[in-house]
Amino acid sequence: MDTYREVILIMAATIRVATPLVIAALAGMFSERAGVIDLALEGKMLAAAFASAAVAAVTGSAWMGLGAGVAAAVFLGLVVAFACVTHRGNQVVAAMAVNIMVAGLAPTLALAWFEQGGQTPQLDLPGQRFLGLPWPWAQAARAHPLPGLAYAELVSGHSPIVYLAAIVVPASAWVLYRTRFGLRLRAVGENPLAVDTAGISVNALRYQACLISGVLCGVAGTYISTVASAGFVRDMTAGKGYLALAALIFGKWRPYPTLAACLLFAFADAGAARLQGVALPGVGVVPVQFIIALPYILTVLLLAGFVGESVAPRAVGVPYSKEK
Amino acid sequence: MKRLLPLLALMAALAPSVRAADFSPAIIYDFGGKFDRSFNQSASEGVQRFKKETGIAAREFEIQNASQREQIMRQFARRGASIIVAVGFTQASAVETVAKEYPDVKFTLVDAVVDLPNVESIVFREQESSFLCGMAAALASKTGKVGFVGGMDIPLIRKFALGYRAGVAYVNPKDEVFENMTGTTPAAWTNPSEGAELAKSQFGRGADVVFHAAGATGVGVMQAAADAGLLSIGCDSNQDYLHPGSVLTSALKRVDVAVYTAFSEARKGTWRPGVKVLGLAEEGVGVSIDEFNRKLVSPDMEARLNQARADIISGKITVPEYKSP
Repeated sequence: MDTYREVILIMAATIRVATPLVIAALAGMFSERAGVIDLALEGKMLAAAFASAAVAAVTGSAWMGLGAGVAAAVFLGLVVAFACVTHRGNQVVAAMAVNIMVAGLAPTLALAWFEQGGQTPQLDLPGQRFLGLPWPWAQAARAHPLPGLAYAELVSGHSPIVYLAAIVVPASAWVLYRTRFGLRLRAVGENPLAVDTAGISVNALRYQACLISGVLCGVAGTYISTVASAGFVRDMTAGKGYLALAALIFGKWRPYPTLAACLLFAFADAGAARLQGVALPGVGVVPVQFIIALPYILTVLLLAGFVGESVAPRAVGVPYSKEK
Repeated sequence: MKRLLPLLALMAALAPSVRAADFSPAIIYDFGGKFDRSFNQSASEGVQRFKKETGIAAREFEIQNASQREQIMRQFARRGASIIVAVGFTQASAVETVAKEYPDVKFTLVDAVVDLPNVESIVFREQESSFLCGMAAALASKTGKVGFVGGMDIPLIRKFALGYRAGVAYVNPKDEVFENMTGTTPAAWTNPSEGAELAKSQFGRGADVVFHAAGATGVGVMQAAADAGLLSIGCDSNQDYLHPGSVLTSALKRVDVAVYTAFSEARKGTWRPGVKVLGLAEEGVGVSIDEFNRKLVSPDMEARLNQARADIISGKITVPEYKSP
């Protein structure tokens, strides 16, 4: 029974940790499938985390915060698109510029506005955060652990953004593979010349992709600052954008495999938290350093051994110019 | 002569302020920044107090990346700082380098030891306050399980963990302690969402009190405890006010006193180099009881904590100290 309980709790933690990764990875998927490298995931999420926490702190409304977070991420997405699509700049350089700029700008603005050393005020009031409510009978269900605990921990009580993430995955798959827009989006990432020849604007499609990516990054960033914690702290995305990008490559730029990769990373993270200081049979207590490195070791091993070749969209990173 | 009088008066009026300006203290904060609501903020409070009492403002700098340390330290020294206080163990190597280059400048290093003729090193016996926190946690816990979340995995944080464990075991040897470190890089000090996740994992295993020694990451730990309706214990600064009714107590580390004392001693000329170790006896560490946690600390708990405090000072209880291997 204890093992069952442990497993359920690790799975619940996996869901919480995976949510921002999944949303960010899908954001990257739209952008990269259209041929724009989305290295700016980290910066866009951090900007959204800051904007949403700041606005939620001032207005007292989590929804206003979400709106501000999405607006900030979309704005940065459009900045990157303007540099890379309109002016055909180097996508990696533009994205890194955004990441570095946000890492410095967000704490600076926070310092100027709130005078709390680059943090936003704590979000204490109930309306300022997207906290989940337990579903009906969740407490009662705990009395019958076998399906009950799973229902109470895994299905009920998450933040609305977690359920949103669960919807976004199939929705993205549907958009990408079942709609005309998705077909064109994929085509523009593989062979923009063909799309152009068919009389469809390559630049408009890439802008749309950056827009979608911005919206999703905004949601992911909002999750980090108003659900997983309560307020903005400098560098609080802590590399989640890059991890999402790794998951995207891991998942070969497809929605469901990407979801699986995100869940795997999150599971390793959640499992690592519980492995610390626990004596394993036959091994003894594993050093903390090793456990903290475990998710990354796992990534390298899986990437090297099991995933096989991961082929990027052919035109990713290549600016499109009509003249050539 | 008559025409000179106003000038002389002016000079006389200016003289004290000139002398005050002669004393120019400087402080360098560590990662996390001076409003981290924890370690650095405590140092900043010492600076504020010195400014309030003497009217002398210190030059301040908040480290953003490791390469800035030596650079800014040198700059302060070159521009004639009377004393430079470096807060945080990560500044040790920079102090060692720069203190050799400027033997006339006084350096005070908090949280680490550098053995030079112009360096004062202040270290704390954190294990003693952690011991009291461990006792408080064990006394408050209903499940017999308590948690610890550390920031970066370094000997200093192990020191907290070991003292905490000893305190828990002193009250109830059968109690279980879950221990988690957030990471192995300085990023582990600024990752509140991971801190919250670690705390939740400990709550999931039955812990109902969690102690953090994790800087800004700890803000997430305390938030998670408040969200779950359980108890947390703050660190370094008095953090009882962050979530009234959910913060059991805070392990105080009087960095503010250390900084204030260093500044005023340097001003009076009584500053001495060497190693200063501050523990419960010197009131350098302690646990907080104020209006925010008054209801959580029962009279019985307070009595036991005070007794243990006296016993540690008198040497009746020996708190184990972490020695790095």
